[in-house]
Amino acid sequence: MLLQQIINGLTIGATYALVAVGFSMVYSVLELANFANGAFYVFAPYIVVLLYASMGWGFIPAFLIAVLATGILGAMMDRFILTTIRNHKAQTSSSMVATLGVSTVIINGLIAVFGSATRSLPNAVNIGRIYIGSAIMTGNQLVIIVMSVIIMAVLSIIVYKTKLGSAMRSIAQNQVASRMMGVNVNRIITVTFLIGSASAAIAGTMVAMYYGSVDTTLYTSVSVKTFASAILGGIGSVPGAMLGGVIIGMLETFVAGYWTSAYKDMIAFIIIIAFLIFKPNGLLGHRKLNKV
Amino acid sequence: MKQFLQGWAKNEKWVNLVLFAIAVVYPLLFTRAYLINIGTLCLVNVLVSLSLNVLTGYMGITGLGWAGFFGIGAYTAAILSTKLGWGFLATLLAGAVMTALCGILVGLPTLKLSGRYVAIVTMAFCEICRALETNLDWLTRGSRGIPGIPRLALFGFRFPKWMQYYVILALVILTMFIINRIINSRLGRGIMAVKDDDIAASAMGVNPFRYKVMTFAIATAFAGLAGAFYAHYIGFIDPSNFTFDQSTIFISMTIMGGLGNLMGSVLGAISLTVLPEILRPLLDVRQIVYGVLLIVMMLVRPQGILGGFNLKHIRQQMSVRSGGEKHE
Repeated sequence: MLLQQIINGLTIGATYALVAVGFSMVYSVLELANFANGAFYVFAPYIVVLLYASMGWGFIPAFLIAVLATGILGAMMDRFILTTIRNHKAQTSSSMVATLGVSTVIINGLIAVFGSATRSLPNAVNIGRIYIGSAIMTGNQLVIIVMSVIIMAVLSIIVYKTKLGSAMRSIAQNQVASRMMGVNVNRIITVTFLIGSASAAIAGTMVAMYYGSVDTTLYTSVSVKTFASAILGGIGSVPGAMLGGVIIGMLETFVAGYWTSAYKDMIAFIIIIAFLIFKPNGLLGHRKLNKV
Repeated sequence: MKQFLQGWAKNEKWVNLVLFAIAVVYPLLFTRAYLINIGTLCLVNVLVSLSLNVLTGYMGITGLGWAGFFGIGAYTAAILSTKLGWGFLATLLAGAVMTALCGILVGLPTLKLSGRYVAIVTMAFCEICRALETNLDWLTRGSRGIPGIPRLALFGFRFPKWMQYYVILALVILTMFIINRIINSRLGRGIMAVKDDDIAASAMGVNPFRYKVMTFAIATAFAGLAGAFYAHYIGFIDPSNFTFDQSTIFISMTIMGGLGNLMGSVLGAISLTVLPEILRPLLDVRQIVYGVLLIVMMLVRPQGILGGFNLKHIRQQMSVRSGGEKHE
């Protein structure tokens, strides 16, 4: 029972972590809560449904196209909407409202095209199941966990070891200074959006496959939970966002498994609030000095 | 544009009077129940948006879970009036007080954190409220909601729709008056100083934490007041009225109107309430158009409709300029 709960929690947590990493990268660069992320998370599986289930493509190409399309959508949102708002030198909350607008458009566009009923997504990964003691790990769960670990490793390498990553981190610290050092700030931010929305797309598709279905109502709870995971782990920290996501996934699963599923979200949020009070910079975030 | 603003700044009192007159005459000119209903909902949202502007515009904290506080006011009024039979004056007051108490409860441990964390705390609080509203079945009837909340009534006389409109109009004007007085008081100046630079403010003898808690309590009280009125007006509430989605609509109204500008909140709330109604004939694509318009408005005026305009400041500039001409 305990082991089974851990496996289930880890699976959900891994997907939250994946979305949270992208969210956290954007948040650290712009201090912008990108609420369109939840819409991207739902957008990708619908593309997969369209290409794979309806048009009969192979799963892998459908998946790749969906992820690519979502990534480009995110980059376009930044390039054509958010960059303009940034150039007006308005407060970031205006960009936040714009991302809310984008998510409204995407979600309702999906409803207009696909209808509001739940669409099923046939399982493409049939690699049996693994028995660990009394617990069962399905092929889907294994794929989700392994994929998440690989993608997060790649993202960590990008953020901490490449030139692109150091440009991102420098923008997060000081935009003006990084522009003076020759960083093309707007392009780097657009790339950050591309990566963030692509990782949300991967997570969304994997979750849709795990549950065997997709519907548009998922996006609010995902937005809220990834925001919480990113803050919990410490903004701007890739390992922190992963840890935050896994913790929230675990908490949810444990509260639902051992107590009551009615309060699973509530307990997670109470713990987040309590946690923030005692460790305001998140688990792995850097302490920001309060300077004049 | 500049001349328009200067004209407005010069005649601010008259402009306000005209707006007030329009608001008073509205239900007399448009007597259709539907239009009065829209007008009333506009004013409810204006009230919420004003309260959120205190938090977001003057204190600098993006309130992401304002529907949670709105909901506490609504549930307090609904429960007190259906289970205990309280009158509406008492329930409105109780809704405001209860919400302010919750605000203090949330604010005391968390307002020492920086603004972005308070934003997520309010968001989490909204989710907690919704979970409680859905699951405390003995109190809130869960997702079945509370039906049959008595309409506004005094001494057994049930107010017709147009009278309810005037009640909320009076509440909005009272709120604008109070918030305006608070902003121009010691508390208001203190809180704006804290928003700009809390270290400098505390060096000047302003205790940032105390000022923040007081302002948070005031802001939540007005949100609760709006919620309490809404519950009586609409007659039926359930947890789906107070979700995160509703919170995002509230914050959009406030930001679109313009942060730190009370008239902005009025315009933002009215336009985002009326817009979906105007778009109603578009049926399926209504929400898409709504989203597109939200984006376009943020592209055209990212600082909000009236953001960045300070009529007092414009007046001062004008008087300095005309004074300078005299000296020459």
